[in-house]
Amino acid sequence: MPMAKAITLHDTTIGKKVVMAVTGLVLYGFVIAHMLGNLQVFMGPEQLNGYAKKLHDLGPLLYAARAVILLALVLHVAMVVQLVSRTAAARPIGYRLKKNQVTTYAALTMKLGGVVLMLFIVYHLAHFTFPGLSMTAGYKHSPTDVYANVVSGFRVPWVTAIYVLAQLCLGLHLYHGAFSLFQTLGLSHPRYVEKARFVAQTLGIAVAAANIAMPVAVVAGIVK
Amino acid sequence: MSKTMNLTLHVWRQKGGTDVGGFETYKAQDISEHMSFLEMLDVVNERLLADGKEPIAFDSDCREGICGMCGMVINGVPHGPNAATTTCQLHMRHFNDGDEVTIEPWRASAFPVLRDLVVDRGAFDRIIQAGGYISASSGSAPEANGLPVPKADADRAMDAAACIGCGACVAACPNASAMLFVAAKAAHLGALPQGQPERWERVKKMVAQMDAEGFGHCSNHYECMAACPKEISVDFIAQLNRDLVRATVVEREHEEKSGGAG
Ligand code: HEM
Ligand code: SF4
Ligand code: FES
Repeated sequence: MPMAKAITLHDTTIGKKVVMAVTGLVLYGFVIAHMLGNLQVFMGPEQLNGYAKKLHDLGPLLYAARAVILLALVLHVAMVVQLVSRTAAARPIGYRLKKNQVTTYAALTMKLGGVVLMLFIVYHLAHFTFPGLSMTAGYKHSPTDVYANVVSGFRVPWVTAIYVLAQLCLGLHLYHGAFSLFQTLGLSHPRYVEKARFVAQTLGIAVAAANIAMPVAVVAGIVK
Repeated sequence: MSKTMNLTLHVWRQKGGTDVGGFETYKAQDISEHMSFLEMLDVVNERLLADGKEPIAFDSDCREGICGMCGMVINGVPHGPNAATTTCQLHMRHFNDGDEVTIEPWRASAFPVLRDLVVDRGAFDRIIQAGGYISASSGSAPEANGLPVPKADADRAMDAAACIGCGACVAACPNASAMLFVAAKAAHLGALPQGQPERWERVKKMVAQMDAEGFGHCSNHYECMAACPKEISVDFIAQLNRDLVRATVVEREHEEKSGGAG
């Protein structure tokens, strides 16, 4: 019997989640690389600025990588919008009393945390990458002295506060994201569920802690 | 001497699909701890009938945990506080004298309320009709050992086949997703040799119907597994995801090739 209509993966809610998982993985990879690069701030100005120069010298390769990351982000958010708007209609009348038994705070805050991350990404780019749009008073941007930019950018406590808050959201997002994506891709196995949860938690905490350490070190005068 | 108790019930009452509905409060008096939750409701309904009032409508059939009819959300948990237990198998000894109990129907746009606690689970039937079957010629029964099934596959199929289609997974899911039900039904046939010819088409058709019915997507909260009276594992959801990717990406030509009946 011929099929009436061929079903393609991306038509389905499962397919859209698969796109989210793959793009989430790409973004996760970027988050790790970005963190490792920036942590060199603790090794002094020469190290960080040298690393920044090496990145810029990659030229077209750097732009290709940026294009992939941007595409992943656009697809990730596009899928969120499609799925969430659809699912919002799936329970028009809620419960008077509903007790969740096993889900986590991280899983329940993916949408809200995602919005915070989106706003933060825009702010962060305006802060360091397109500094003409910078919202930090008294911030001077140098195209070559990244170290000085970091120090002058994070000296303002409320700027650091925004970064800390955003990184807490990132940590939660990475925890449920890493745990969830293997299930979405069909790669999880009951035998490893608890181990996977532990690894996802540990990585989420580690990334958030490392990213928080940098602005806090500036405010505390450790990096100056 | 067995314990008896008095309870206060807050029950969702709704005359029909178009009625807005609302909560009503009732007293459930002299309830024996040996009663099931449904028997407790029977007692309340007898009182209501004696008073000339409309009894609370709820579904039930087997009252032994196998038909999947008796779904209701009890104090925020589908099928109530006991793990791996349907409402009909829930005993009143899990409640205490003086308890307040809130009782609501499954909430999902794909499960419209027909009356009070009764919802229309026809969406599940349509998902099964879309592909949850095998096309076998119904002649005489084949020789029992003619088609060997490895023990592990048979076990897996039996685990999935334990699903009674009650809908608690949908009711429990923050997204009102039907993934656990669909995954169980697809995996049950997908694990067996008889299910192989239509395996990839089946997964596509069932998922397409699941989406068409308006169920939400899966965010991997795993509330479904916690609420499921048959303890169906989310491992079957991982398999559904895997099978759908394979069905749509790897097995695409399969569509044209699989001409006649499988
Ligand atoms: C730092 C960048 C980001 C990373 C590394 C990331 C990573 C991930 C990963 C790995 C998942 C799991 C996918 C799955 O369940 O299979 C996920 C899910 C999700 N992401 Fe992101 N994400 C990022 C940015 C965003 C942004 C900006 C938004 C919001 C607009 C967002 C919203 C969501 C939502 C709502 C989910 C849950 C979808 C669901 O299961 O219902 N994410 N993310
Ligand atoms: S998977 Fe469990 S909760 Fe869902 S319909 Fe089947 S038996 Fe009920
Ligand atoms: S009445 Fe059949 S499962 Fe409860």
